[in-house]
Amino acid sequence: MSHARPFRGIFTALLVLALLLPVLAQAIDALPFKDRAEEQRFQNLTRQLRCLVCQNESLADSSADLAKDLREEVFGQMKQGKSDIEIKQYLTARYGDFVLYNPPLRGGTVLLWFGPLLVLLIGAGIVYRIVRRRAKVSPATPSAASSEEDW
Amino acid sequence: MNTRYLPLVGFGLVAALLAFGIHYMRNNSMNEVPSPLIGKAAPAFDLPLLNDPGKRLSNADLAGKPYLLNVFASWCFACRDEHPILMSEGRKLGIPIIGFNYKDEAADATRWLQQFGDPYSVVIADRDGRIAIDFGVYGAPESFLVDGKGIIRYKRIGAITPEILAFELKPRLAAMQGENP
Repeated sequence: MSHARPFRGIFTALLVLALLLPVLAQAIDALPFKDRAEEQRFQNLTRQLRCLVCQNESLADSSADLAKDLREEVFGQMKQGKSDIEIKQYLTARYGDFVLYNPPLRGGTVLLWFGPLLVLLIGAGIVYRIVRRRAKVSPATPSAASSEEDW
Repeated sequence: MNTRYLPLVGFGLVAALLAFGIHYMRNNSMNEVPSPLIGKAAPAFDLPLLNDPGKRLSNADLAGKPYLLNVFASWCFACRDEHPILMSEGRKLGIPIIGFNYKDEAADATRWLQQFGDPYSVVIADRDGRIAIDFGVYGAPESFLVDGKGIIRYKRIGAITPEILAFELKPRLAAMQGENP
């Protein structure tokens, strides 16, 4: 009971470090938000924007140098009273639609937005045709119903 | 209609789509973000010179003649690959090459140019990268071909290679010089 536990200190230190990790992550760039609402608006906005350097990451998540600069730029423009739309326009004017995770709806992107719906409709049409053809066949052959039950 | 072959046709279509995707990815780098600034006026800038921070260079100083703006930094490895081509072929282009030193320490950039040579007519320094954002820069090297009216005609993302020089830069430069007597 009284013998020394050499690993206990290390374990405690690791636990403290693990608990501190989210705090450390927050400290990447501590921007002076005036309240929680402003911070949430900032987080929400930067999550919709793509980091140009690590293109699988949002501006909110990326630790790339440019992402940090752009976060500061977004924050600065929020402070100037710019709307989310104005800030997005600022970025798309420089980096194109690519910075937006949600591409805008316009002529060239119609297929992108409604392509899946089109495929779904084609699929529904095929299923409808098959079901109707089977429905026509099955009343003529009563044995079909019993063979269906066997499945 | 014989529906027996329908699954095979479906499989064929999906396979063709995959093959197209692989082919497309090989020939077009997905990392290259097309710039919305092509065909538009180059963003306004007024930046200090690298070797003489007391002096500045702005769009107005360059108005009336085409130039190539080359974004580089001493921390950028691909810039080292690009550099010999700028050294050997840059002067032959007949237009000034403006060095755009991006997010760099002045001492590092100066040493880098002393070590590898200086192909630039003049080097401007964007220490905090603010002007680079206006240009839509997201890495180095990048190069912008700007015409006499200050319009960006072409952007190269990544190093200028002999192929890029011969098939992209020079034809555009020739076309520009044809229209501006």
